[in-house]
Amino acid sequence: MLSDITIGQFFPGKSIVHRLDPRAKILLVIAFIILLFVVRNPVSFVLIGIFLAVIYIVAKIPARAIWRGVKPILPLILFTSILNLFFVDGEPLVKWWIFKITAEGISVAVLMAVRIVCLIIGSLLLTYTTSPIALTDAIERLLKPLKVIRFPVHEMAMMMTIALRFIPTLLEETDKIMSAQKARGADLETGSIIRRAKALIPILIPLFVSAFRRAEDLALAMECRCYRGGEGRTRMKQLHFSHLDGISAVATGVVFVAAVLLDVFLPKII
Amino acid sequence: MSDLIEFQHVSFSYHQSEEDAEPIPVLHEVNLSIKKGEFVAVLGHNGSGKSTLAKHINAILQPTEGVVYVDHIDTRDDELVFDIRQHVGMVFQNPDNQIVATIVEEDVAFALENLGVPPKEIRRRVDDALKDVGMFAYREHAPHQLSGGQKQRVAIAGIIAMNPDCIVLDEPTAMLDPKGRREVLNTIERLNKEYQTTVILITHFMDEAVRADRVVVVDEGRVLMDDVPKAVFVQVERLKEIGLDVPQVTELAYELRKAGVAFAPDVLTVEEFTEEFKRIMEA
Amino acid sequence: MAIIKTEHLTHLYGTGTPFEKAAIRDVNLEIEEGELVGVIGHTGSGKSTLIQHLNGLLKPTSGHIYIDGTDIFESVQILQKTRFKVGLVFQYPEYQLFEETVEKDIAFGPKNLGFTEEQVKEAVSHAMECVGLSDAFRKKSPFELSGGQKRRVAIAGVIAMRPKVLILDEPTAGLDPKGRDTILNLISDYHRAEKNTVLLVSHSMEDVAKYCSKVLVMNQGHVFSYGTVAETFSRADEIEQIGLAVPQVTRLFSALAKEGYEAGEEVYTIVRAKEILLEKFLQKGGA
Repeated sequence: MLSDITIGQFFPGKSIVHRLDPRAKILLVIAFIILLFVVRNPVSFVLIGIFLAVIYIVAKIPARAIWRGVKPILPLILFTSILNLFFVDGEPLVKWWIFKITAEGISVAVLMAVRIVCLIIGSLLLTYTTSPIALTDAIERLLKPLKVIRFPVHEMAMMMTIALRFIPTLLEETDKIMSAQKARGADLETGSIIRRAKALIPILIPLFVSAFRRAEDLALAMECRCYRGGEGRTRMKQLHFSHLDGISAVATGVVFVAAVLLDVFLPKII
Repeated sequence: MSDLIEFQHVSFSYHQSEEDAEPIPVLHEVNLSIKKGEFVAVLGHNGSGKSTLAKHINAILQPTEGVVYVDHIDTRDDELVFDIRQHVGMVFQNPDNQIVATIVEEDVAFALENLGVPPKEIRRRVDDALKDVGMFAYREHAPHQLSGGQKQRVAIAGIIAMNPDCIVLDEPTAMLDPKGRREVLNTIERLNKEYQTTVILITHFMDEAVRADRVVVVDEGRVLMDDVPKAVFVQVERLKEIGLDVPQVTELAYELRKAGVAFAPDVLTVEEFTEEFKRIMEA
Repeated sequence: MAIIKTEHLTHLYGTGTPFEKAAIRDVNLEIEEGELVGVIGHTGSGKSTLIQHLNGLLKPTSGHIYIDGTDIFESVQILQKTRFKVGLVFQYPEYQLFEETVEKDIAFGPKNLGFTEEQVKEAVSHAMECVGLSDAFRKKSPFELSGGQKRRVAIAGVIAMRPKVLILDEPTAGLDPKGRDTILNLISDYHRAEKNTVLLVSHSMEDVAKYCSKVLVMNQGHVFSYGTVAETFSRADEIEQIGLAVPQVTRLFSALAKEGYEAGEEVYTIVRAKEILLEKFLQKGGA
């Protein structure tokens, strides 16, 4: 059923990773992504792998969650690997017609694949251990300086919150409308692509009508609760950087510096 | 006690679209005053103008003619709109469409955050409000995990956190099952009895109106009746004419009178009916 | 022969997970043709799950459903035929309207079932008549209508499929008393005219008592009782114990019985209540 889909794939918990300030987590993830593109030696990647494994264990995220996150990206990884494999110049190891596989090609392909996998596993950690609302909140606060250039930071965050709030409601509604139209003999599963696209009209129109009605109601309800944009707004939950964030930043920093140093002294993959 | 809300000769009409020259009248010459701490039920069928009336109380709509005063503030004063909305909170029919945040307690905090209340005080008032509606245990739930009655109680908590003098509820139980209706009604009644919050309950369920101190019947944009429930519900014929219900026992008393029995017409509950029946049988 | 029959009908949610829960369990039911059955029960009592099985929208975890003597899950062809033998009107059905005109929207179902153009036209006219919509509505956009009118269009959309069984899930939810009476009266008229079987899911005991011939009470995924209105309300105490209400007049007569004024029968309508009370007054006057 549609309503079984969970949004944001947040695993609630009380671990250190969960309790970190979401802003700290976002910044660390950004640092992590940069690190991934700096280091190029196998030992550094082993270190990064161990580092990720430790955090996943601390955060008590089940291993199947990692697989679930990586699975949809596999075709992309395969595709880039194949491209790299065949189109990187160098000494050919194997040659057939216009295709040649080089040692450099293999290295680049493996490096890119490892990078993408690490990137996904690392970023997933953020959404697995941070509730969507905390994430939105953190993004709003981190982007606050952009207000100076009139970037609508508060409005963006509000839009994200409302979207998150209404996704389950609209999914449930879609489910209901689909059942109702099926009960009127609508065939949603068979026929050509054009027929199937046409079959969606009886679902999409009611869904849009309902979404607009909800939007109107919500706007009225927000007005009644004195909403007038981000100006002068306070928040119930304050974000505080704690010593926990400091310790984590230092620990992560040590690992990252180690990875970079290893990279300086050890032979690189390419 | 002074009047909290006062309608003086209020008329309202709206323009359907730009081309329509003729505005559509909704309210005609409404005069109504509501005191602090009253529990008023507003009855009327769909399209009678009762929702339009409600939206005048917190300045969502402003009268075309006449004046509405909320705590002596003229609702036409645009500068004071947010003061009025703090005085008068509003709960709507569809529980799904008035919850903004993805977590119950965040939603209850929404109005206070908008008003710029300090974080510590928000926390305290949110917890109090959630306890008042009996939803404290659900403070960390997502709205879509709650039943209709629970969502509606969260919406009420979001309003009472503002400490309003008055809550206007626009058919809050229309989409709920009997259990949800009971939960919401009990919550409203408790707020009125324990905190003397003024309650204006718009409904078309007569069993809810019976519990109010006062019933206002609206039809075609006019106030048709305005009295205590007993005095309103004895007018069985007139209520049926405008498409409203009366409690079954009241209708039964009315039918008995029509058949020539000297039965008191103003019985609204099973207990009252039983007493009256005994009185006649034992006379 | 029963038009609807279920045998050990069970539907589990989340099978194989720790959250496994039975929405309905071991439901055995036989509904005779031509009844107007009121279906009552709490939210979560399994009544919605049950009705969605009857036209094959949900597949049972175990057990069988027979419509007109045929097991509906025997084959895909039979299942498709069942869809139009059993018409299902969902809660707030006006939210499923999507066509430009009332006429086209009502024709959606019949067209899907492969009616000829002539048959579609006839079905639309018949359905509009059933729900009391005049020809003036044909070319109107369903989105311009009032709430009650929209709902009638939506109900007509299902009636137009000429079902042998019509199931309505809370058709009066959210309507005012007048709108409610209009809908219930037209359902009752439809039932009388077509002699079809109608299932009416409702939260209002007063409405069920007034309009229905039989009552099905669902509780915690089981059939609590199925019988005539009188049989059902003779168990008023038990029904109140599972948290459902009985009509106010029924409550009145149990209160009167406690005071020593027995009615000698189950009273659940105002008309009957009046007759009985007048008789009591007469007896007293005569004595």
